[in-house]
Amino acid sequence: MYNRDKVIPGIIIFVLFVAFPIWWGHGKSVPPPNPELPKGKCVESKEYMRSQHMQLLNVWRNKAIREGMRIYVSSDGSRHWIGLQNGCMKCHHDKSKFCDRCHTYAAVQPYCWNCHIPPEMKKFKTPQPSFLLRLFKIPPKLKAVQASSEEAEHGEP
Amino acid sequence: MNVAAALIAVIGMVLVVWLGVGVLKLYTLFGVVIPYAAFLIFVLGLIWRMVNWAKSPVPFKITTTCGQQKSLSWIKHSRLESPANNFEVVLRMALEVLAFRSLFRNLRADLRGRRLYLGSSKWLWLGAILFHWSFLIILVRHMRLFSYPVPGFIQTLNAVDSFFHIGLPHLYLTDVTILAGLTFLLLRRLVDAKVNYISLASDYFPLFLILGLVISGMLMRYFLRVDIASVKELTLGLATLHPKVPKGIGLIFYVHIFFVSMLAAYFPFSKLVHMVGVFFSPTRNLPNDNRRVRHINPWWEGVPPKFLTYCEWQEKFKDKLIDSGQPIDEDCYKEKKS
Repeated sequence: MYNRDKVIPGIIIFVLFVAFPIWWGHGKSVPPPNPELPKGKCVESKEYMRSQHMQLLNVWRNKAIREGMRIYVSSDGSRHWIGLQNGCMKCHHDKSKFCDRCHTYAAVQPYCWNCHIPPEMKKFKTPQPSFLLRLFKIPPKLKAVQASSEEAEHGEP
Repeated sequence: MNVAAALIAVIGMVLVVWLGVGVLKLYTLFGVVIPYAAFLIFVLGLIWRMVNWAKSPVPFKITTTCGQQKSLSWIKHSRLESPANNFEVVLRMALEVLAFRSLFRNLRADLRGRRLYLGSSKWLWLGAILFHWSFLIILVRHMRLFSYPVPGFIQTLNAVDSFFHIGLPHLYLTDVTILAGLTFLLLRRLVDAKVNYISLASDYFPLFLILGLVISGMLMRYFLRVDIASVKELTLGLATLHPKVPKGIGLIFYVHIFFVSMLAAYFPFSKLVHMVGVFFSPTRNLPNDNRRVRHINPWWEGVPPKFLTYCEWQEKFKDKLIDSGQPIDEDCYKEKKS
């Protein structure tokens, strides 16, 4: 082989270039995204929403903002209010646990949030017992015996 | 005929995928086995090509030049058109690879009546540069499906490529330019009688294959949507060597990945291999220093070639020389006698 000093580095650069996906990920498997799904039914089927939600949102944007049309009739005939904050986010409260999971995974940067503001997810501190409660050893959360089912529904913050 | 054969081959591929994935449900074969096999053929095939070319001796220094070569110190030499050292060769090669400089000199020759007209023709250069640069950007952009976390520059490239925010998902500018470039390169072969005459099926096939690849990709992105998260699960699985095939990816994705597999496997054995061949062109990769550095033919290294003196040659073909009435050099025999 002639010109080894140039050909062999060339081959190494070529192999490194085409093997970029393999050495970049170190061969570590990445778990697929699992967006948190709320209970209930979305405006269209799950499969449709998974692949075509951005096109639906584009149609919604044009209808609501440019045509003032705020009612969407879905393929099964049910009517829905067109809106992102007053529509989608009513069920999918948490952007970071729903939208962002797949978008980060697939490196998609939607421009919804250039105009819209995602609902704020405020974290409440666990209540600290006051001096008086501690003095009389009263538990900070009073539990009614019958209301145990309600407690389970809200859950811990 | 050539066009029809190439077109039928590409349409046949769609049918193969339809039969294999749509009817026989061979998801693993089309989603994992064929892409891996094609990638291996691509890499090993190109390495074999490079080693094979590197083994071929270059008997003469045949640099093509079109400028003043380096001679006396007070004569300005053309660094790009007649490179005098390796650095200038690298400069010229870089511009050749990145800007297609030699194609920019493309000329046209037309007969108008009985007169021959020569003129500049930049259309081929424009079509070629549109196609090649778009293809490169599209290829790099696709790395977002093969890497996690996705490198920042790939995300930047994505944002720049979809700068105008047309439709949703945003229209990529390179999708438009690669279609324009490919359409030009194809129409050139179909419409121009001179180019049409020298076009073979192996010229049309890569064009139709890449056109099919681009169209299937654009259909998938803009029209027949597939779930991108599942697609990335498959592609990232391929890249991280943990292949798995998620359910529910549309047929159009398998058509796309089959086209790209066929392109990769076909690459090292077709004219497309000019991607590495350009670096091995003796007319481009050698400095024009014939008058300062002696180029030794590699055939002569170590093994001295066997020469025939005129007398030995005359002896070998003596009867033929006499038959055709050629004069015989008698001096040869005098020396032998003495």
